[in-house]
Amino acid sequence: MSAPELTRTSRAQRDRLAVTRPRRSRQWVLSRVVTHGCILVGVLLSLFPFYWLLVMSTSTTGQIFGYPPNLLPSTHLLENLRNVVANVDLLGAMLNSFIVAGSLALLVVLLDSLAAFAFAKYRFPGRDVLFVVLLVTFLVPGNLSLVPSFVLMSELGWTGQLQALIVPGAANAFGIFLLRQFAQASIPDELIESATLDGAGFFRTWWSIAIPMLRGGLAFLGIFTFVTAWNDYIWPLVVLVNPGTQTLQTALAQLNSVYTTDYGMIMAGAVVSVVPLIGIFLIGSRHFIANIAAGALKG
Amino acid sequence: MAVAEHPTTARGTGGRQAGPVVRRRGLRSSWPQYVAISPFYLLFLVFGAFPILFSVYLSFTDWDGIGDISFVGLQQYAYLVQDARFWNAVSNTLIIWVISTVPMLFLALLMAFLLHQNIRWKGFYRVAFFVPNVTSMVAMAIVFGSIFSDSFGIVNSTLTALGLPTIAWLSTEWGIKITIAVMVIWRWTGYNAILYLAALQAVPEDVYDAAKVDGAGFWRTFFSVTIPMLRPVILFTVITSTIGGLGLFTEPQILFGAANGNGTVGGVNEAGMTIVLYQYDQSFSQLDFGYGSAIAWALFALAAVFAVINWRLLRDRDAVPRPASRTTPRRSKEVAR
Repeated sequence: MSAPELTRTSRAQRDRLAVTRPRRSRQWVLSRVVTHGCILVGVLLSLFPFYWLLVMSTSTTGQIFGYPPNLLPSTHLLENLRNVVANVDLLGAMLNSFIVAGSLALLVVLLDSLAAFAFAKYRFPGRDVLFVVLLVTFLVPGNLSLVPSFVLMSELGWTGQLQALIVPGAANAFGIFLLRQFAQASIPDELIESATLDGAGFFRTWWSIAIPMLRGGLAFLGIFTFVTAWNDYIWPLVVLVNPGTQTLQTALAQLNSVYTTDYGMIMAGAVVSVVPLIGIFLIGSRHFIANIAAGALKG
Repeated sequence: MAVAEHPTTARGTGGRQAGPVVRRRGLRSSWPQYVAISPFYLLFLVFGAFPILFSVYLSFTDWDGIGDISFVGLQQYAYLVQDARFWNAVSNTLIIWVISTVPMLFLALLMAFLLHQNIRWKGFYRVAFFVPNVTSMVAMAIVFGSIFSDSFGIVNSTLTALGLPTIAWLSTEWGIKITIAVMVIWRWTGYNAILYLAALQAVPEDVYDAAKVDGAGFWRTFFSVTIPMLRPVILFTVITSTIGGLGLFTEPQILFGAANGNGTVGGVNEAGMTIVLYQYDQSFSQLDFGYGSAIAWALFALAAVFAVINWRLLRDRDAVPRPASRTTPRRSKEVAR
């Protein structure tokens, strides 16, 4: 279904290229067309599921099941959303997701930057050994401790409560490692020296020098943490045993498994779960993409 | 004065000691640093290390999470070794990992290579390719479930419209595996392409010019220049996709999970049962905490085997990891642009 679309665009592009750059060789034009064609196919495949989500969430279930399929968005989004809200506490789940993802982002940014600043810019007994320990904890796979973590949470009386999702992740090795790289690269020693001469202690220096100078890295870590926490599924699924407390992901999964036939409604719920995140990502996408790549290249 | 990361700074300021430059500080005067790093270690001890040790113990027990814990020695592992369902989950996980990782990394390379040509709207394309990676997998698994639906899915509708036979994606063994793999590919191709693109931008232009002078065509350049130059990043992405592939859970759980209404876990013949889904099912649906923990450790052993293989790959090409870290600052700046 994307093939005719593609040829049309490619032809248009070829025409435009031929007009604006008349002296290019035929072969050059052809390679441009192929390049753009492939990229466009990639973009279409990448975005199609979102478009299809839009189509289904605005359609009635009857329209979704019909053949030939309805290829354009319809007008039933509000009705579907009303059905969702009537069946699950979507707003409550959304609020929970915001609380969890928001407080995790804030805590991780604060605690990781404190630790990263200390590791990057100060010398203290045991520092290097402690940092190696931190790196080793990277290697521990998270899914290994699903059962005992659940037992621990129930011993603490935290099952079914949001702190079970927040507290364990409030500081992490990944963020400390990442921000330490940033701090080493971007905070000049002289600045810390002069702050110390002016009588600023460690925490004061962290707040007035490290935080402002690391803001690019902090923005990335904050968004990254928010996105990860928002999308986390297996841990909330395990630990939120209380049906009254859900995140968007578990609420959505429940909606999907209980009301298997009302697709329009389920898709409306999916829209609610996807849209805030895309918004946050689009706002921070420049920082986000650049740092994802930088982090990986460091690894 | 506590700045000593830079050897030159520490040495160089030795002369003009307005405040003493201390290379090594005492335990007591370093208390703010210890306070600063302590949250991570405390949290890791309580929520990381303790559960792991506890899970070693649990894997030697029989426990439903409520009643008494009974010690059974190696029985869980003895059962695991001859548990056909477990080995089926292992083989599913590996098959899905292969049929998703190979096309995914190839497509990502191709996309990065294409984006690296001087084209317009590169920023838009990068965002468009990356968006799948930041969206909720639960929501998108549901969407893919209806895209690939046997009866009303757009894929089968398209096949019908083209006069082709439809495929029961969600109710045949290979259909299930392919559907899960497609979701993984969709989600991670853009992510990997962005990484490759960043690495490509760090490759000096003259390498390509030299290839052109030597008469290398598109494919020749792709295989003889691009891929070798990217080897460190490719290894990184292979390692991350190994970790992700072994931990595959959300996609099969949403589509073929226990609560799916059809009474079976993992779909037809458990074709969509992955190791983590099996672990979850045994632990929290069957309430077999001991066996669940044993499965977790088997997964850990498998991950360790792959880690050793990956490490070997890195070590054998010992020139490989270093250039990546050396050129990092330039690369990251390049990326930010």
